Amino acid sequence: MADGSIGLWTVPLAVLGGAIRVSTPFLFVSLGECITERSGRINLGLEGTLVMGAMSAYGISYLSGSPWLGVLAAGITGALLGALHAGICSLPRVNDVAVGIALMLFGTGLAFYLGKPLIEPTAPRLPAIDFGWWSDIPQVRAALRVNVLFLIGAALAPILYWAFRTTRWGLLIRTAGESSDAARAMGHSVLLIRLRATMVGGFLAGIGGSFLSLFYPGSWNEGLSSGQGITAVALVIFARWDPLLCLWASLAFGGAAALGPALQSVGVTSGYHLFNAAPYILTLAIMIITCSPKRTLTGAPAELSITR
Amino acid sequence: MTSETADSAEAAGTIAPAADPGFLQRHGTTIEYILIPGAALAGALMVFGIFVAMFGKSPLDLYFYMYYGAFGTWFSWQNTLTRAAPLILTALCTALPAQLGMVIIGGEGALLIGALSATSAALLLPGMPPLVVQIAMVIAGVFGGGLWIMLSGALRQFRGVNETISSLLLVYIALAILNHLVEGMMRDPASLNKPSTREIGAANMISSIPGTDVHWGLVFGLIAAIAAYILIYHTVFGFAARVTGGNIRAAKIVGLGVSKLILTICFLAGGAAGLAGMVEVAAVQGRTNANLAAGYGFTGILVAFLARQNPLAIIPVAILLGGISASGGLLQRRLGLPDASVLVLQGIIFVFVLASDALYGRIGFLKGKS
Repeated sequence: MADGSIGLWTVPLAVLGGAIRVSTPFLFVSLGECITERSGRINLGLEGTLVMGAMSAYGISYLSGSPWLGVLAAGITGALLGALHAGICSLPRVNDVAVGIALMLFGTGLAFYLGKPLIEPTAPRLPAIDFGWWSDIPQVRAALRVNVLFLIGAALAPILYWAFRTTRWGLLIRTAGESSDAARAMGHSVLLIRLRATMVGGFLAGIGGSFLSLFYPGSWNEGLSSGQGITAVALVIFARWDPLLCLWASLAFGGAAALGPALQSVGVTSGYHLFNAAPYILTLAIMIITCSPKRTLTGAPAELSITR
Repeated sequence: MTSETADSAEAAGTIAPAADPGFLQRHGTTIEYILIPGAALAGALMVFGIFVAMFGKSPLDLYFYMYYGAFGTWFSWQNTLTRAAPLILTALCTALPAQLGMVIIGGEGALLIGALSATSAALLLPGMPPLVVQIAMVIAGVFGGGLWIMLSGALRQFRGVNETISSLLLVYIALAILNHLVEGMMRDPASLNKPSTREIGAANMISSIPGTDVHWGLVFGLIAAIAAYILIYHTVFGFAARVTGGNIRAAKIVGLGVSKLILTICFLAGGAAGLAGMVEVAAVQGRTNANLAAGYGFTGILVAFLARQNPLAIIPVAILLGGISASGGLLQRRLGLPDASVLVLQGIIFVFVLASDALYGRIGFLKGKS
């Protein structure tokens, strides 16, 4: 164990670092989806929003030289896609799940189309904060290079948890999600509440995408997202629509996704793809365990189409 | 209901609405089922034309090359039909459960599992006559895909798990299983850059329809779609399925076996997508690898929605969308459009088709005066 070689400790360290890095997009998309689903609508199109966000962040960062402008652009793009989703869903008899699939195709396609010229150039990336300065071991330092976006997301989770419980907006969103009739009786427009919730959800998902292209992996190409948007939607179900649980679940899913490459680095090569599928298997398992024909998932908003 | 499709659409243009209100009363719904998706398609093409024009390309060139690349020559027709074959089958995976009111979006997963099962069947039967191997592949593909979607149906019926989410999760689980096996247990050591299974062998490949380059998979698709149409609209089983889809409580009251219906329909739906996977292996790829996840399952969802879940209408819609994807290459070469333009157009069409759902029963002149 001489000079810098830390043997099998590489694995937990890489998982820790990977959990923080890989979980950030999960975190943003799942928090966004959490807001949308709490208002009683599901947006499966966040995969498309994520990729669109990644592309627009990279493009704007490249053109303006400021990665933070890129993050903002990604958020705005996401909010626009959210508005499109909410707009179509507010028409009568339109299935929100199907609209999500449509926007998944559309968002991914549009991002690939517009992002074609962005594969070559290098855009300025987001800076990282070095929390590992106290250590001499390079693996520790690498694991503890944390991006500001992760910290923002981690702070957002308890804020949202609090906001859902106590603020006027949080209560309105929950009312729309639990009983649209009650919200209507109180004189609020359910469609408007859902429009705003979907736009905020899209904004956050877009920011999650900007993390992909501007920090980790930190470039724009068509294979950038391997279904993280879908994973995050599954994650919200896994976390039972609770923003705090979303944070922990994102970290756990990020860790699971980081386990494969980490094991690969110490010579364990099989099972890589199964670790990547862990989030889907876990979510399916939790749905099987907690559902029954008599009752739906605990914690699920009553108006949500997927729980009825 | 839709058997007299094209004729009545033309008739609607020639006969003035006021002249024969009875005609509209009788055929109003049918006309609606053609007019509204048609208008949605036209709207989507127009928006895509504007989109392309913003990048300085001529929309007229675009429409011409799309037509030319899809249906302009015998070569492009063959390309279109080859792409339509798996789309018909994966669209059935969404359209059949839709009769029961279920939204299954996991056709891609059933396709991958079907491909994997079919390849395994072929590799487990070395030296057998090709016909035996092919029949075994069909059975394995249908059962693999069928059981995969039946799992979603069973989870829905017995555990109350939402079938849309479970089938979507199963897509990614199927992809992981495929990658795991293809890079591990089933890997052909000779496949270096692109991990793949061993080849099923040239003798076992499905040939082309004589005189064309279109493989027999298209015929499989046509037979499956027609069989599905007969099953849904002309058998007691299909009637029971539609009753269940319309009102599940009424179905239970009259004593229909809802569990059996759900499981059977889901099996058939998954079986169709599994067959698509088998066809892609046995007629195109010759082996299983990650190339199979080409998105046929997801485009199939679009086809099913555009066809309003009608198995017979799936055939022309699949050919149309197969044509759009076939024209992608020409758009890339002649107009310099990125290969993703097909994806953008598909997305726009999908959005328009879904939004047009709001129009049914609202077009004044189609209701007729009663």
